[in-house]
Amino acid sequence: MVLLVGLLVAGGLYSAFAPQSATAVDEDSRKVEAGRQLFLIGCASCHGKNASGVLTKSGNIYGPSLIGVGAAAVDFQVGTGRMPLTNSGPQAPRKEPVYTAEETSQLAAYVASLGPGPSVPGDEILDYQSVDEEGVKRGGEFFRTNCTACHNSVGAGGALPNGRYAPKLTGVSAKHMYEAMLTGPQQMPVFSDAVITPEDKRAVIAYVKALEDEPSYGGFGGGGLGPVVDGLIAWVIGIGGLVGFAVWIGAHGARVKKQ
Amino acid sequence: MNDRHEIERVEPIENPGLPEHLPRPTDVDPKQERRAELQVSGMFGLAGLLALAFCVFYFMIDLDQTFLNWSALNVALGATLGFSLLLIGAGAIQWAKKLMGDQEIIEMRHPAASSTQDREETLEALNAGIDESGFARRPLIRNSLLGAMGLLGLPAVVLLRDLGPLPHSMYETVWKKGMRVVNDVSGTPIKPSDLEVGQLVNAEPGILFETDADGERVLHGTEALQAKAKAAVIVVRMRPDDITPAKGRENWGIDGIVCYSKICTHVGCPISLWEQQTHHLLCPCHQSTFDLGDAGKVIFGPANRPLPQLQLGLDGEGYLIAMDDFQEVVGPSFPELKRGPKS
Amino acid sequence: MSTYTPIEDTGVGKKSSGPVQWLDERLGLAGLAKKNLRKVFPDHWSFMLGEIALWSFVVLLLTGTFLTFWFQPSMAETTYQGVYAPFRGLEMSHAFASTLNISFDIRGGLLMRQIHHWSAALFMAAIIVHMLRVFFTGAFRKPREINWLIGIGLFSLGMIEGFAGYSLPDDLLSGTGLRFVDGLIRSIPIVGSYIEFFVFGGEFPGDIIIPRLYMAHILLIPALLLGLIGAHMLLLVYHKHTQWPGPGRTERNVVGYPMLPVYAAKAGGFFFVVFGFTALMGAFIQINPVWLYGPYNPSEVTAGSQPDWYMGWVEGAVRIMPNWENTIFGWTFSWNVFVPAVLLMGLLFTVLALWPFVERWITGDDRDHHLLDRPRNMPVRTALGVAGMTFYSINWIAGGNDIIALKLHMDIFVITWACRILVFVAPVVAFIVTKRICIGLQHGDKERILHGFETGVIERTADGNYSERHAPLDSVRQYELTTHDRLPVLEAPAETDDNGVRNPEGRKARLHAKARDFFYSGAVDKPTALDVEEAHRHADHTGHELPQGNEFKGNEFKGVSEAGIPKEH
Repeated sequence: MVLLVGLLVAGGLYSAFAPQSATAVDEDSRKVEAGRQLFLIGCASCHGKNASGVLTKSGNIYGPSLIGVGAAAVDFQVGTGRMPLTNSGPQAPRKEPVYTAEETSQLAAYVASLGPGPSVPGDEILDYQSVDEEGVKRGGEFFRTNCTACHNSVGAGGALPNGRYAPKLTGVSAKHMYEAMLTGPQQMPVFSDAVITPEDKRAVIAYVKALEDEPSYGGFGGGGLGPVVDGLIAWVIGIGGLVGFAVWIGAHGARVKKQ
Repeated sequence: MNDRHEIERVEPIENPGLPEHLPRPTDVDPKQERRAELQVSGMFGLAGLLALAFCVFYFMIDLDQTFLNWSALNVALGATLGFSLLLIGAGAIQWAKKLMGDQEIIEMRHPAASSTQDREETLEALNAGIDESGFARRPLIRNSLLGAMGLLGLPAVVLLRDLGPLPHSMYETVWKKGMRVVNDVSGTPIKPSDLEVGQLVNAEPGILFETDADGERVLHGTEALQAKAKAAVIVVRMRPDDITPAKGRENWGIDGIVCYSKICTHVGCPISLWEQQTHHLLCPCHQSTFDLGDAGKVIFGPANRPLPQLQLGLDGEGYLIAMDDFQEVVGPSFPELKRGPKS
Repeated sequence: MSTYTPIEDTGVGKKSSGPVQWLDERLGLAGLAKKNLRKVFPDHWSFMLGEIALWSFVVLLLTGTFLTFWFQPSMAETTYQGVYAPFRGLEMSHAFASTLNISFDIRGGLLMRQIHHWSAALFMAAIIVHMLRVFFTGAFRKPREINWLIGIGLFSLGMIEGFAGYSLPDDLLSGTGLRFVDGLIRSIPIVGSYIEFFVFGGEFPGDIIIPRLYMAHILLIPALLLGLIGAHMLLLVYHKHTQWPGPGRTERNVVGYPMLPVYAAKAGGFFFVVFGFTALMGAFIQINPVWLYGPYNPSEVTAGSQPDWYMGWVEGAVRIMPNWENTIFGWTFSWNVFVPAVLLMGLLFTVLALWPFVERWITGDDRDHHLLDRPRNMPVRTALGVAGMTFYSINWIAGGNDIIALKLHMDIFVITWACRILVFVAPVVAFIVTKRICIGLQHGDKERILHGFETGVIERTADGNYSERHAPLDSVRQYELTTHDRLPVLEAPAETDDNGVRNPEGRKARLHAKARDFFYSGAVDKPTALDVEEAHRHADHTGHELPQGNEFKGNEFKGVSEAGIPKEH
């Protein structure tokens, strides 16, 4: 009898004094549940009903397991429209996102609940405009050491084997850039926070954004693709134009006909 | 058939001769002539004005001003200079085409060879000169002169010896046993727990970030670049199942973490296009592709030798270190590659 | 038109007669001047391609001199504290820092840098276009073989000069190119590493390669180029320019306009056009933005690393070469680098240089040639030229394989394999197709001489027969189509002479005959005078052609009346 009363009191006190976390837990679990519903409809066919991946008959990966990839990976893949994958091809291209920001965060919450993984970066670490001059310079050094080999000096992208490619970095949000570095989508390697610290990542983003905002000092920039485009321009515009002038110089002008 | 040979010496169609010269509208119509004159002088006048505009812009526009996202000064100076020059040229050409005398004239060619007389006189002069010198008649003088001139070539060649040292240092890099593998740019050392599967670290030998008592880098300037050009490495982490180590090198990695030279064995570009899922490493210069899951073997492209591997170990504090220098030569091949201490 | 006062009677003339007299008493220039003031140059746009190169060289000298006032050719390290913010505090060489200085702190500096670089690209492109024109029109034949050789010399020196020039800023892109050259030098058999250490003063990158390239770029090679250009121009003046065959033009004359005033105006004007056009390119189109690449660092590289376009074909050859390397008697031979980078370049220049002599050997033609060939009239030469261009182009495309893969969403390995195969197959296909096209055009020419041009007027006879009426070409056009040489009679060499003695030159002669056979194979000969006569007689009888005596200048043809007589214009 005493035990029963004690339990009731304890339970009552508990529910009286812990309403916040209960609501928070409710909210979180509502998010996770909503994410799970979205997942089952849009993602499970490739990633499996419980997100542990799907293999083909010969044992190759059809859709990878998402356990442990973290909210950051989902926020990147779904937020840049790469997922859901609409065609099979060498890699998932960036396209118009299918899910809204809220749906994306629900999916992220669901996947995060499956296993610990990198989380979506906070606003402070994404504030690249607060990076000072020294930071931008350092970001440039990291960028040229770790990124330009695939993405090119100005982030115009680069070719990889078998039809894959490192995409352009122009027009990519700071958040997505950060998440890509952190989670290493598809063939891109992972740059963990322990080696490239969050501050370093922010510096890299600051450098990339500085390049994007910089005027194209010398004129039309040719897409940042370097000497190949320069050569094309030299031939088509340069030689084409000058030969045009030569034709004009050598042309016989109008003549007055004999009367 | 004889007839055919006869006729062939005659051209099928005769040369009709220079066509009759027809006048241009500017030659016969004074209004057209005046118009052309105004065109040409107008172009020259505008060119002059643009040259002046160049000077004005040079002093008026600041270096940091932009125009349509381009450097304003560059556009202004370039456009004024360019059009000024172009207009002078176009004006001169228009003048020639429309107003200058345009009668075609004929000039006769002459054979490129000298006349027989010139040749004979030249030979005479040459023979007189050679005969008087005695060059032909005095083999002792001739041969000793030729010998001396020939030998004088040697000092010219010998003087170039100090262009550079003899090539002996290609076999070693700065890597030594116990030297830490550190992240490039930041110089931070690396623990295995810092690395996730699929990670790539562009790394350098620790000595590049060491400073002396004054806080100056131990290696800087040219020496640092020379060291980097051979010692730069990449560290990648793969799933241990994905790795087929080279024979005898099963313990060169730690838990799927392996370290390879970053310098391509083709012509030396630094490689860091790492595809984490295929574990292929692509060099952006000529597309040599190496499989780091298979002892750095070449799987595509013009490189011939596999990428050299660096044996990893852990120091007392648990950071990654090299266990020795590379066992193969780093970078592009050279002729005495197999004749040295390493290959 | 106003009357002209002789110059010695004008005010200017009178005032300058003193100084001119003074000079002439010391230099005796009247002889030279009288010959050259009214020298005749034939007029055609294709003769101005070499001029583009010549004037580009002048622009390079002018803009280059400007750049030397500020450029510091030193690899010593400095910390940048200049205007370009993303690099402030960054370690770099003086060469790179001074290039940034020129681009951002010197007014007009960026413009001069860009004009200089565009001009270099145009210089090389113009040389190639000019060389192709000379090749396809046979202007390299006697007496111009030496000028052709000088031209090949200019071509090769130009490539090296350009490479040295764009390597001077010591930026990441050109430094990566230097790294490639380091590996290239290493691949030279036996002595490669010695040459490498001598060139770089030690291990790559060393601290002396930029100053050495600077010396080559502003002193040694420009001096050689100037000398060769001078010789090239001198020979051109001595031999006089070639000309297209046409009315009034023969092998013994030159028809055209005089140097003073027309050519001075046109050529001088073209200099300003080339300079102005290049300046406009420098104003509006960015080139070599080194601040985006960063200073050279052997641990860094960018995707899409290519040399300037004129080295692109070597780059492509290196990319598609299979990875062959072997060791013989302990010496390593890196065929994968040596063959495409060194041997191939040597092969190209050797083949180009030898061509006039090879053609001379094949044709046995020792005459002076001052009239140009229409490319169609030498089908095999033209086809060989196009095959060569195709080979060059496939290598060029291979050099940009990663950019193509990226922009056209293709697999880079597939592009590489395609180029590996095409580089051998495409030239053969190009040869066959070009030869056929030339022969087809020759057939067309022959038809037009013999049967006139197609008027587009269709005639129907009473029995329902349709045919097209032809009108004869005017005499100028007819002549122009028959100015080329008749095909030589090709005889098989005698195996034995009358007494049955074997011909000692037998094998060589047979090879020669085979080569001649191949060179002239398929070409359509021009009609003989007899053929032309017969064709005209035939026309009068069949009524398919309009009667002789009606001269039409093609584009003035206004139509045909009921009776088949053309309407007057």
